[in-house]
Amino acid sequence: MRLDGQSGELGRGLESYVFIPADLEEQKVLATGVYGTKLVAVEGTYDDVNRLCTELSAERDWAFVNVNLRPYYAEGSKTLAFEIAEQLGWELPDRCVVPVASGSLFTKIAKGFEEWRDLGLLEGELPRMNGAQAEGCSPVATAYAQGQDVCRPVKPNTIAKSLAIGNPADGPYALDLARRTGGGVDAVSDDEIRAGIALLAQTTGIFTETAGGVTTAVLTKLAAQGDIDPDERVVLVITGEGLKTLDAVRDTFETYSIAPTVEAFAAGVPEAVSV
Amino acid sequence: MTVVVKIPTQLRAAAGGETETEVDGETVQEVLDGLYERFDELRTRISDDDGSLRRFVNVYLAGEDIRYLDGLQTPVADGSELTILPAVAGG
Repeated sequence: MRLDGQSGELGRGLESYVFIPADLEEQKVLATGVYGTKLVAVEGTYDDVNRLCTELSAERDWAFVNVNLRPYYAEGSKTLAFEIAEQLGWELPDRCVVPVASGSLFTKIAKGFEEWRDLGLLEGELPRMNGAQAEGCSPVATAYAQGQDVCRPVKPNTIAKSLAIGNPADGPYALDLARRTGGGVDAVSDDEIRAGIALLAQTTGIFTETAGGVTTAVLTKLAAQGDIDPDERVVLVITGEGLKTLDAVRDTFETYSIAPTVEAFAAGVPEAVSV
Repeated sequence: MTVVVKIPTQLRAAAGGETETEVDGETVQEVLDGLYERFDELRTRISDDDGSLRRFVNVYLAGEDIRYLDGLQTPVADGSELTILPAVAGG
């Protein structure tokens, strides 16, 4: 039940419900509730919400974006691949680093590339596909490291709540994709995620939420391990806006509090260039 | 032990249209075996050839995924609820 794109139908007179884990970041709750949906905060994790929605989809004659409408939701993810190829001048990148929650986006980006290749719009090998997870919820990375082809579910405990699916429905497909493209699935700690958010902001001007921090941190890790050739063209898939997860950056930098005088500024703020 | 097994919409056609049914057994495995005895078609929908759960089937005992417990060998309590759900959700 990711929030992105779920509010678009509200202006068209359709009744809507949005199911969220009760401990979701306040920014996401507020930015969703304002549209006038029936916001349902479920006591539990994303896995509990998913389970409830799967059960409800049998009991109600409703369309659930990522349960009984999942084929559309999943196929829609292919547009990221189309945009990547288009923006690279109709070429495939050498490698993609993509966040993995259920594994749907990760696998559908590759499917998008494959379909455009089948159509003759793209040529060449699929990029190496690297999945990115948080250590506090890494069932796919763990299965990858252990050589398993199924994922053992985990109870999530990470700041990357948008990736906190402990029981990933598309995990087996994600494992297969990582292996057949020569990529991988890696996990990073919450501190590495915070560092990833800062690195992306300070090097590109893009402020991402925690999932983007996961992705950036995994790229950092791969580069540090020497897994990436300097000549590779790597695409980092940044899927969320930083204003949604402000707690992740709280207290990660210093603020200088001063009186509104030049003297206070001179005394209280270090200056890189002397005047 | 008698357990109430809840059957998801996707599998009801293979279970004579039942939404839930009572089955006896001491473990999840025994309950599922009892279920298959009653509705043979469910066996291949839920279990692989080697008897393990299919990759895309989740089984919950009293709300807890059995993979967090002892899997198919998890003992069941009298009157508890076993829910079978397809793994088709999540972003």
